[in-house]
Amino acid sequence: MTDKHMRLKNSLSHIILLIATVILIFPFLWMLSGSLKNSLEVVKMPPDLIPQVFRLSNYVEITKYFPIYTFLGNSILVAVVTTVAQLLVCAMAAFIFAKVPFKGRDAIFFCFLITMMIPTQVTMTPLFIVFQQLHLINTYAGLILPGIFSAYGTFLLRQHIMTIPDALLEAAFMDGASHFRVFRSVVLPLTKPALATLSIFSFMASWNNFLWPLIVTSDTGLMTLPIGLSKLQGRWATEWNILMAGNVVSFIPIFLVYLFASRYFIKGVTMSGVKG
Amino acid sequence: MIGHNGYRKALVVIGFLLPSLLGLLLFQFIPMLSSLAISFTDWDLLTKASFVGWDNYRFALHDEQSLKSLSNIFLYIAGYLPSVLVLGLLLASLLNRKMRGVKFYRTMVFIPVITSWVAVSIVWRWLLNGQSGLVNYLLSLIGIQGPVWLQDFFWAMPAIIGVSVWKDLGYVTIILLAGMQDISEDYYEAAIIDGASAWQKFRRITLPLLTPSLFFVIIMSLINGFQLFDQVMVMTNGGPAGQTSTLVQQIYMNAFQSNKMGIASAQSWILFLIIFLVTAVQQLLQKRWVIYDR
Repeated sequence: MTDKHMRLKNSLSHIILLIATVILIFPFLWMLSGSLKNSLEVVKMPPDLIPQVFRLSNYVEITKYFPIYTFLGNSILVAVVTTVAQLLVCAMAAFIFAKVPFKGRDAIFFCFLITMMIPTQVTMTPLFIVFQQLHLINTYAGLILPGIFSAYGTFLLRQHIMTIPDALLEAAFMDGASHFRVFRSVVLPLTKPALATLSIFSFMASWNNFLWPLIVTSDTGLMTLPIGLSKLQGRWATEWNILMAGNVVSFIPIFLVYLFASRYFIKGVTMSGVKG
Repeated sequence: MIGHNGYRKALVVIGFLLPSLLGLLLFQFIPMLSSLAISFTDWDLLTKASFVGWDNYRFALHDEQSLKSLSNIFLYIAGYLPSVLVLGLLLASLLNRKMRGVKFYRTMVFIPVITSWVAVSIVWRWLLNGQSGLVNYLLSLIGIQGPVWLQDFFWAMPAIIGVSVWKDLGYVTIILLAGMQDISEDYYEAAIIDGASAWQKFRRITLPLLTPSLFFVIIMSLINGFQLFDQVMVMTNGGPAGQTSTLVQQIYMNAFQSNKMGIASAQSWILFLIIFLVTAVQQLLQKRWVIYDR
């Protein structure tokens, strides 16, 4: 292939990729621009691409409609606690499944794998009833608890812990370390990349979760962002500038996490994709 | 592995496994079995439940709304799957080229994937709005009078499909790209020596060796398709006239709006069975078309 031919093909690729990127990204820019417009400009035809005046006050005014920053706080709390707890719970179980054999272990692990197949929709109705009996509806515990236990997370970490050579752990035991010590000082540090991937996934899943929080919260003060936003749009269906401000508030945190850790997002996806 | 033995090891095993075991038992197994039990009763949360045999299943399989939502989902999958596969293959092949800027594009196309369905659905409700929507404004520039997408009897489902393709495209692209990057360069070099065209290389090398990734994408898309809920809930709420209602939405309505716990549970088990069957059939068929030997 000639050089010129190659360059032509590359430019064509760039053009197609640019068009695709614009289509995929533009709605976010439009959301940002809309969140800074006033209520007239937001429905103006033909529309302004960039607002004439940047109305940052939308981000204050939105609190008159809904306590969006309470939702933000709730979302952060729920996502962070869920993620940290899930990492710990999954890593502990994964360590046993990978490195501490005992009778019946594989049968238990098989039960873990089975739960990966059950869709949330099957368990949510009875779970709601149980949570009602336990007075966990409209509590943080009700939001957080079901998200902590993940067979997928346990499986992912187990696969990684299995790659740690036994000799390394045996050496630590020879030096008189306890199981707990080996777990904390040898296994966890060596599993860091997998832990990072799982934490990103767990955080994203919790941040964007809709169905369960929708069921378990009715009290406005306890809603997470997706639930709060969906209620906001249910009542003020066409206050686009206010709705977009709410969207931006929910978008920025997950976007920042993505910017700093996009490597792990993409690694997590491909890990589940190719080996799945 | 060595280490302690006897009762200390037993303590460690119990201590490390207990949280997970309790969690899965309480939040997965027990609800699963209760849901199965509830699906054979007429429980409405208020009065005492009585056993009704297969009535709920019979109802769910004959109820017009259930059947409508099922056919909606088939329509959705028929539109969504080919579009997302073709576009994903196109973007992945372009991103697989060795040229500058690939990393930038890769980071950008993934952004819709990380965003919540609720936020994205609200933005698209505005973009697709009949009066103040940008999509219809752009169409008007080329002389087309756009429909009121999400309230239009015909266009609501294509709009849901389009937005779903837009949201998931980055995910599919990244998975297919990873599959392409796993294919050894040797095949392509041999093909170039034999004088193969770009299309021949794609058709005879990339596509066959990409079948494991394609298989994964298809399975995931089918599973997610049958569980369609978030975007429909926010963008159309199943409307207009049930044109975009889905199975999960029916379950949600029956369980949490009408307190028909028995019917909702039966529907959720039907959903589970459908997903299970689709996955099983795909697993059987994959022997015919998925190539794992590289």
